[in-house]
Amino acid sequence: MSAATRTLVSPATLARPRGRAVYWTVFTAVVVLFAVAFLFPVYWMVTGAAKSPDEVAQTPPTLVPKQWHLDGYTDAWDLMQLPTHLWNTVVQATGAWAFQLVFCTAAAYALSKLKPVFGKLILGGILATLMVPAQALVVPKYLTVADLGLLNDPLAIWLPAVANAFNLYLLKRFFDQIPRDVLEAAEIDGAGKLRVLWSVVLPMSRPVLGVVSIFALVAVWQDFLWPLMVFSDTDKQPISVALVQLSQNIQLTVLIAAMVIASIPMVALFLVFQRHIIAGISAGSTKG
Amino acid sequence: MTKTAHRRPAEAIAVRPVKAPPPAGDRRRRRLAEQLRAHAFLIGGLLCFALFSWYPAIRAIVIAFQKYTPGSGAEWVGTANFTRVWHDPEFTAAWRNTLTFTLLALLLGFAVPFVLALVLNELRHAKAFFRVVVYLPVMIPPVVSALLWKWFYDPGAGLANEALRFLHLPTSNWSNGADTALVSLVIVATWANLGGTVLIYLAALQSIPGELYEAAELDGASLLQRVRHVTIPQTRFVILMLMLLQIIATMQVFTEPFVITGGGPENATVTVLYLIYKYAFLYNDFGGACALSVMLLILLGAFSAVYLRLTRSGEEGA
Repeated sequence: MSAATRTLVSPATLARPRGRAVYWTVFTAVVVLFAVAFLFPVYWMVTGAAKSPDEVAQTPPTLVPKQWHLDGYTDAWDLMQLPTHLWNTVVQATGAWAFQLVFCTAAAYALSKLKPVFGKLILGGILATLMVPAQALVVPKYLTVADLGLLNDPLAIWLPAVANAFNLYLLKRFFDQIPRDVLEAAEIDGAGKLRVLWSVVLPMSRPVLGVVSIFALVAVWQDFLWPLMVFSDTDKQPISVALVQLSQNIQLTVLIAAMVIASIPMVALFLVFQRHIIAGISAGSTKG
Repeated sequence: MTKTAHRRPAEAIAVRPVKAPPPAGDRRRRRLAEQLRAHAFLIGGLLCFALFSWYPAIRAIVIAFQKYTPGSGAEWVGTANFTRVWHDPEFTAAWRNTLTFTLLALLLGFAVPFVLALVLNELRHAKAFFRVVVYLPVMIPPVVSALLWKWFYDPGAGLANEALRFLHLPTSNWSNGADTALVSLVIVATWANLGGTVLIYLAALQSIPGELYEAAELDGASLLQRVRHVTIPQTRFVILMLMLLQIIATMQVFTEPFVITGGGPENATVTVLYLIYKYAFLYNDFGGACALSVMLLILLGAFSAVYLRLTRSGEEGA
């Protein structure tokens, strides 16, 4: 596809020997740049955790660990209570995802297809929150969560995650495109509104549900400030908060190993779904 | 879709006579039931928006004018919170740092991805690979990238100084020097976030019709002239969008200064959001924190309003 479309440099220029030489030089330069800028830090992290404490502190540093110490990883797992914090993060992320999926799809379906009174006003109110920068509201939001007695409770992550105007709007826009005829046909066959949502709308909305799911999971997994405020109880903290709290008094190699472990789930998710994630980001933008 | 459209009238005809027009009272009751059902679907989401979006926004403004202690109530104090916060020496530092950070992030996180996307778009090989690699840092948790770079910036065995030594350049204090700390943080934020920008630029570049480049080349436009007169005007809308998004995002920076420098050295990296956090959780001064929040809210709300306005007009145009 991209081979056929004409870009900045014409195919004719590239076909010439000089053009080819320039192309391959630029290509090599880009490969090196990408390797150094994006892959090397990650490589350095993964191998740094496998070095001995002396080796990691030595100058000049070694490119490859002289000896692979995997106990950095096992120490991190045990000393930093990573299973607890990873589990907390999983609970928080999947809960936020489930709550968002249930409440946002239901609300988006209602706004898109059920014509509630004040629907326009409600949608306006929801869209207006897009104008409010999320972080500027963390303090009053924290006070509200505290008043509700939700501090140190995963509900403090789950419920505010539902108030995501971007995802709700994404769903509503997708539902708007589903022709009325299809829904009416199902209703004539005797399906109720919930049944229509479940067996007609949702199966047709797989792509947008996938995008919303990934956004929801990534957002919670990567968040730091909100869980830092909400979870003062160490045993309840997600991995991002625990890493920072524990980073002060722990051996460097152990900390680095914990950093690697904390990165694995999201990087793995990305590598598995990279096509969809990249397509989602690209598509979302060109529409705008 | 066309198939169902053709079939439907027949079905409708078959069904309609059965449903005779109901009496007026019945119809009203049915409409009420319909409304109840619609709102039953809405209620969960609506409650969450009310509790965690609308109410906090109002509450921020209210508490900004109060002396507020959780548990023991509130007392109106007029604009005292604003004046107190205003006279805090950290206030000036926080705003100056935040604006500088945003400006530097704009220069770095904006020009670099554009050039990178331009080059990547020209490459004929391994495009998918580059797209994955450039986005990889975005998927690493921000806390991890902050800790990672904190380690790189270490004045002793840090990778950053090692690289400078390798290139025979003078070493730097990086995040530990008062004059280099902020730039060091901008580098981290750029590294961690530029992947998304590159992908969006790439998508925009791919939508430029090739004939424009051909025509420009026939007119004798050089490579740089083609960038200037074709690429940039064609992607102007995306550039503007990303610029606004970047301003909104970077003005809320928190994780990097909190994790890497702790606001120091000498307040060189205290940001507005960091100061809000300090007021709330160190000084227990929620009035001051909300006064600062309201200032940030007003400034960023203006940018967001422009952004939404533009996206909406862009959608109508498309």
